[in-house]
Amino acid sequence: MDLIPTASQTVGPFFQIGLTGPRSISRMAGPGAKGERVKLICRVFDGEGNPIPDAMLELWQANADGKYNHPDDTQEKPIDPEFLGHGRSGTGEGGVCDFETIKPGRVPSGNNSLQAPHLNVSVLARGVLKRLATRVYFVGDPANSEDPVLALVPEDRRGSLMARPDPHQPGTWRIDFHLSGDQETVFFDV
Amino acid sequence: MVPNLPRSTARPVESSQPAGHASKDTKRPNLVLPYRRHDLNTQPPSLYPPYRSTVLRAPRKPLIVLPHTLSEVTGPLFGHDQIGETDSDLTRQHAGEPIGERITVSGRVLDDNGVPVRNTLIEIWQCNAAGRYFHHSDQHPAPLDPNFTGCGRTLSDAEGHYRFVTIMPGPYPWRNHPNAWRPAHIHFSLFGTAFTTRLVTQMYFPGDPLFPFDPIFNSIPDEKARKRLISEFEMDLTQPEWSLGYRFDIVLRGREATPFEE
Repeated sequence: MDLIPTASQTVGPFFQIGLTGPRSISRMAGPGAKGERVKLICRVFDGEGNPIPDAMLELWQANADGKYNHPDDTQEKPIDPEFLGHGRSGTGEGGVCDFETIKPGRVPSGNNSLQAPHLNVSVLARGVLKRLATRVYFVGDPANSEDPVLALVPEDRRGSLMARPDPHQPGTWRIDFHLSGDQETVFFDV
Repeated sequence: MVPNLPRSTARPVESSQPAGHASKDTKRPNLVLPYRRHDLNTQPPSLYPPYRSTVLRAPRKPLIVLPHTLSEVTGPLFGHDQIGETDSDLTRQHAGEPIGERITVSGRVLDDNGVPVRNTLIEIWQCNAAGRYFHHSDQHPAPLDPNFTGCGRTLSDAEGHYRFVTIMPGPYPWRNHPNAWRPAHIHFSLFGTAFTTRLVTQMYFPGDPLFPFDPIFNSIPDEKARKRLISEFEMDLTQPEWSLGYRFDIVLRGREATPFEE
């Protein structure tokens, strides 16, 4: 067979049948997971600023020690049995979905440097022909200034990657994803 | 077998952590071996106006190319404990049998180096034989089938093989353009081994007369890549007096170079 990677197609409007609903994972960290608890409230918008109520978000992150639960992360750091690290959920009314997790630790990048705490995010939806990849950082984290990926992003667009704390609900962070338009989120070619 | 890739394609990145990569040798530095990037012609663009929903949902600014770090070369993995007994047989999930032509869909998951992708989660969903999804927002006038939900999941085996039993999905109308109909298809979702290898696609059936009219199928520029989404009817997978068989092989992105292991 020809070994070109299989082409992507949209997840369509009916993915809830197979991927979310009872197969959603919004709780990524159990009650005993190590780390600072984070409730991440996400919203997804289209190019006219309308909320997208039929999108799916997938999250992947390291644990509080900066270790991914994956065999290719060979750092000598502990796996947290209370921490899953993976989440996925469909948006509903208002384009909203939320995740219960912890703030990840710093993971290495090349050149003996560390990345700032971040989550890796996929956005899928009807009208999205191929997965959109982005990241969520935590606004105000001192490590952001030395993050090698943020350094690739023009300064005036970095704000689109920042979750912001909800001043009224401690532990709650919010981020909006704009698939297009004036406030378009930074998406990465991964 | 793993092709012997030219060394120049390998661009391992050394990380600060002194541990081995994908090998037991802990003396070696932690190498992040990047995954190969797509030839853009073999993937759809984000913006494809004939598929109207892309217009407000496609980024207009260029993507920022992200050199692969641990964040991109790791990803969620799944185990057999997440698979139920009837999850791969969509005809056995209810008290009765669903209406429709019983089919087997089977194939292999490989990476683009030809290496089987083992134990990877494959999830599918589809409409019923009448072309209706078991979903509240599909209200088009076709009957629901009380014996068919249309979702399945399985793991690939040690050689990358997978197999589902289901029924042939029907074509269905949508509102993209006047008299628009989707060719019959089954949605596939695969995680592969890393964040970079995530794939959601659709499998089609050979000879569908709707192909020339479907903007989702035709969004893929490269003809060969487009045709690869069409499964092949296969007599070897066809069981006498029981079901027709279709083969659908899936290729995920592989690493730019495969580490040599002793």
